[in-house]
Amino acid sequence: MQATTTTDHAADIDRHVRIYISVFVTLMVLTIVTVAISRLHLPVPIAVSVALLVATVKGSLVACYFMHLISEKKLIYAVLGLTAAFFVVLLFLPVLTHATGFWIHHQ
Amino acid sequence: MEIPYTVEVRPDTGLTNGKIGIWLFLASEVMLFGALFASYILIRTGAPDWPRGDTILNVPLATFNTIVLITSSVTMVMAWASLMRNRFGTYRLYMGATILLGGVFLVVKYFEYSHKFELGLFPSTNNFLAIYFTLTGLHMLHVIGGMAVNAYFWGPGAKLWKTNPEWFRNRVEHSGLFWHFVDLVWIFLFPTLYLL
Repeated sequence: MQATTTTDHAADIDRHVRIYISVFVTLMVLTIVTVAISRLHLPVPIAVSVALLVATVKGSLVACYFMHLISEKKLIYAVLGLTAAFFVVLLFLPVLTHATGFWIHHQ
Repeated sequence: MEIPYTVEVRPDTGLTNGKIGIWLFLASEVMLFGALFASYILIRTGAPDWPRGDTILNVPLATFNTIVLITSSVTMVMAWASLMRNRFGTYRLYMGATILLGGVFLVVKYFEYSHKFELGLFPSTNNFLAIYFTLTGLHMLHVIGGMAVNAYFWGPGAKLWKTNPEWFRNRVEHSGLFWHFVDLVWIFLFPTLYLL
């Protein structure tokens, strides 16, 4: 029984290692894609959207597989969910200030 | 006094204290870099014109550094996997490679910064360079911090492997989480600063 468990554990780690290598190759390809897209000199809004989309895919791969977020405990997801909510608010603050223009006009 | 829940999980959280601790720390790091990214958006959208990063910065060097940092993330996770397989020698090789790759990243950054200074380009030159030096400088401090922790676990801290291997595995996993976060931040910094 013990031997079977050890073999299962080893097989599980081997499977993880294969995933790490696949993710590594994907990240390398996406890095090349990022640079190649920037050479196309697309209009700024499209260039920003595409670059951030590719970066988000790359970041998700790192977070899900290297940081093992794909199989984490609920409490970690809760912490990250709260962080993500505050992060989005933080990123939208500049948008709000521009939309209302209050930081420019109320001086 | 013994530190509680280093190996066994807390019944209420289902996690070790170290694991929840590193994730809370990373959450605070997200907000730190998030504030700087928000500042970048505000400054860029408020500016009458903004230079493309590749007209000022060295894209081939930054691409090389991106590859270096991604590779170091793989060696880091392989170091942890080696410990899971009880292969301490292999762990040392992978962890050593991770530290070395961190060093390569810093050397490349040194040459990048030096070249900018030679050309008279400083943080005070314009808003683009101010945000470039602030973001990459803060990121570099994180690389140095991560390297210091990894070096400790490669050297003196590795003694724990003999007395409490499971705790040592957990500690390496936690330092790995920080290292991957540093990689993740760079994945966003690279296109934002160099390519757009």
